[in-house]
Amino acid sequence: MIAAIEPTWYLLLSALLFSIGAVGLLIRRNPLVMVMCIELMLNAANLSFVALSVQLGNIDGQTAVFFVMVVAAAEAVVGLGILVSILRARPGATADDLAELKG
Amino acid sequence: MNATFIEYVVFFSAAVMILGGAIGVIAMKSPVHAALGLVLTLFGVAVQFVALGAHFVAVVQIIVYAGAIVVLFLFVIMLLGIDRTMDLQVEPIPLQRPLALVMGVGLVGLLGAAIVRARDSLAINPGTGLAVAGENAGHDANIQQLGASLYGDYVFALELASVLLIVAVTGTVLVTRRWAKSDGESS
Amino acid sequence: MLDVLWLIPAFPLAGFLIILLLGRRLGEPLAGWIATLMVAASFVVSVGVYIDMLGMSSEERSSVDVIFTWIPVGALHVDLALLADPLSIIMCLFVTGVGALIHLYSIGYMHGDPKFTKFFLYLNLFVFAMLLLVLGENMLVTFLGWEGVGTCSYFLIAFWHTRESAATAGKKAFVTNRIGDWGFMMAMFLTFSTVGSLSFGVLNNNAQSGLLSPTTATAIAALLFVGAVGKSAQLPLFIWLPDAMAGPTPVSALIHAATMVTAGVYLMVRVNPVLTVANDWIGPTIAWVGVLTAFFAATIALAQTDIKRVLAYSTVSQLGFMFLAIGTGAYVAAVFHMITHAFFKALLFLGSGSVIHGMHDEQDMRKMGKLAKLMPITCGTFIIGWLAIAGVPPFAGFWSKDEILLFAGAESWALYVLIYATALLTALYMTRQVIMTFFGTARWESHADEHGAHGDTKPHESSPLMLIPLVILGVLAIFGGLMQLPHLGIIPDEWEHHLEHFLEPVVGFGEADITNTWADDHLVLLLILAIVCSFVGIVIAWLIYQKQRIKAFEPKLFAAGWYYDTAITWFMGNPGRKGFEATAAFDATVIDGAANGTSVVVRETATEVRKAETGYVRQYASIIGIGVVLLLGWFVVIRGII
Repeated sequence: MIAAIEPTWYLLLSALLFSIGAVGLLIRRNPLVMVMCIELMLNAANLSFVALSVQLGNIDGQTAVFFVMVVAAAEAVVGLGILVSILRARPGATADDLAELKG
Repeated sequence: MNATFIEYVVFFSAAVMILGGAIGVIAMKSPVHAALGLVLTLFGVAVQFVALGAHFVAVVQIIVYAGAIVVLFLFVIMLLGIDRTMDLQVEPIPLQRPLALVMGVGLVGLLGAAIVRARDSLAINPGTGLAVAGENAGHDANIQQLGASLYGDYVFALELASVLLIVAVTGTVLVTRRWAKSDGESS
Repeated sequence: MLDVLWLIPAFPLAGFLIILLLGRRLGEPLAGWIATLMVAASFVVSVGVYIDMLGMSSEERSSVDVIFTWIPVGALHVDLALLADPLSIIMCLFVTGVGALIHLYSIGYMHGDPKFTKFFLYLNLFVFAMLLLVLGENMLVTFLGWEGVGTCSYFLIAFWHTRESAATAGKKAFVTNRIGDWGFMMAMFLTFSTVGSLSFGVLNNNAQSGLLSPTTATAIAALLFVGAVGKSAQLPLFIWLPDAMAGPTPVSALIHAATMVTAGVYLMVRVNPVLTVANDWIGPTIAWVGVLTAFFAATIALAQTDIKRVLAYSTVSQLGFMFLAIGTGAYVAAVFHMITHAFFKALLFLGSGSVIHGMHDEQDMRKMGKLAKLMPITCGTFIIGWLAIAGVPPFAGFWSKDEILLFAGAESWALYVLIYATALLTALYMTRQVIMTFFGTARWESHADEHGAHGDTKPHESSPLMLIPLVILGVLAIFGGLMQLPHLGIIPDEWEHHLEHFLEPVVGFGEADITNTWADDHLVLLLILAIVCSFVGIVIAWLIYQKQRIKAFEPKLFAAGWYYDTAITWFMGNPGRKGFEATAAFDATVIDGAANGTSVVVRETATEVRKAETGYVRQYASIIGIGVVLLLGWFVVIRGII
């Protein structure tokens, strides 16, 4: 069904959510919270995908959302796995402490 | 057509949930509180999906995102015991907070401007691919369309996605495994 | 025979390669015979080409044999080509002829030397390079030969390289030659840029047809003259020739009497049209350099005690005569004197080698004397050489020297007086040498007592291998003058001026015309003056050294070569050294500093830029974020794209 509410609102909402997620990524030092902020950004993208898919009447947008979710899940798993192995060796480390690539 | 009053209410409530949860994620000191904020956001997004008529994706959102990923987050928090609060007062990297603020405001402003400007020129061009189910279609029309699209046009991507999942799982198991201390450290 | 022109340089090259590969196995004396045979074969081919040429009319006597295209690069097209014309064939004849005789002599002279085969290796290579030089159709082939003879000269002078004096002399020769080579190279560059080709034919045609501007011609001529000054040991670059006597005597005979030093003269004669269209001051400059060198060297020769050094300075002096001839436009006379000089100077050098050999390696004339009876053939041939160089008729030297005096007199009386005085000095010092060596009292008796190693202590005559070339050269020195007899009433017309007629196509444009000058009208008078000059010189020397009536005039100034060599050494040691050190310091600080400085700058910049790599992921993220905002801003605001 064509959305009763204009897709513009959904897109604005999605933009806001994305910005919040980006700011959070820059501000927070806890690695886990940083990954959560990435999830926020992904969700914002999903929202705009679906809104436009309904607006344009094309199912491809929702297919894209499907794949985004798959990849987000896989990414979260791998990322958390790496974090676990690092933080096991260095408990209480923040993102600032993991600065080995310092030039 | 004009939206009904209830649709507006639904939209705004869901929007409040989403934004509230998001701000909670970034502002809460404790990671567990942040995870809860994330759940709130995810639920809000799922409500929006339902309001848009993308039922399948909404349910998948709840099951996978809120049900699996956030639970995983909480597991890791408990495992590593980092639920102790982090000091948000201090920012060691200079200029980070102002830069973040600038970036945030800039993004919102610019994206908003782009979206608003594009309102009138948003093409009603469905493109190729299956059409979204109409209002008078059956209850499972959305699933049918999505399924047909996945197993029709995007079957290759689907198979690759499954491979990706297997690789991710295997990789993570290997990465986090504690090796027997025969020679040298475990990763 | 003209189509096998390439055989002329090919034979010595083949000899060089054979000895290079098989020399040690061939050993002595087979290597020597092979080398001699190769040069003799070249001589035979040269004679064949010469006879062919006599049969042609004078226009078609010039032919070019292109061996292969050497450098085809853009506008520069140079072939390895050989030019057979009267001048080059004349040079080939006496280079290969005298060369073959000297090779034969060397088989006897170098007998017993451990580096016997190496000597012939270098000798053949030298003859090859010299032939390339004279047969070169363009400046680059000639330059190839020019450098080749310079290199071989270095090898041969420093042949006994374990001797300090020989090694130093070799280096000196090479370095001094190099200064001259710079002139030649500059001339080549200039020729190419103005004329567009390095070919002698093109250059001379341009000069003859007026396409060459006088300034260009002057520049080219001057630069080539610089090269000639280096190679032919004129003032101020003659210092290497006396020191070059440290090499074996056949080397002195071949290189420093007959062939290499004449390369400069050849070059000047080859480009005589250019010299003719050059500015007026070029000719007199060359003439004055020549005459001053001649006089200067003759004074030094008067006071030398080493038998070879007298002959070395004599060579410098005689080369001065040749350059005087070139400067006054007497190209035929220059070539004539070059040929007769080759005969008698080679003869004198080989003779002195025979004396040195017979005296068991003694070179000081003060320890010789009364050798006439003990070495009859050496003495006899040496006397022939002496008479030739002193200018006694009818020996060869008289005719050629007279031609030069004639042209000098036609040009200016100052030149004539100086060259006349030089001729007198020549007769003087040569007579002195002959008397000190072969006549007078036998001063070698005290010396001979110390040297018992040879078996007999008395000086002895040399082996036939060494004497045969002496005899042949003696004959040539007697009859050599026949090729260019002057215009005297008593001489039949068809015997006159052979050489001049033969060389006419080459030097016709540049040859000075002295008909109707005072000198030409008083030809007979000048002839008599020349005879008087040589006799006076001989008599004075006889009075000083044989009869001891007059005191010998040998001041230290002359003996030390007017302190020219010492002056150069002092200059190079002090101011010169300061200059070199300053240049080296400049190179180290400025040039190396610039090169190293760029690397220092890069390193410092990199160190500063590295500070942006903090390792903080959040900082990288913030930079990315700001970048995204800026990019978006540009698209949305400025370009209005969504």
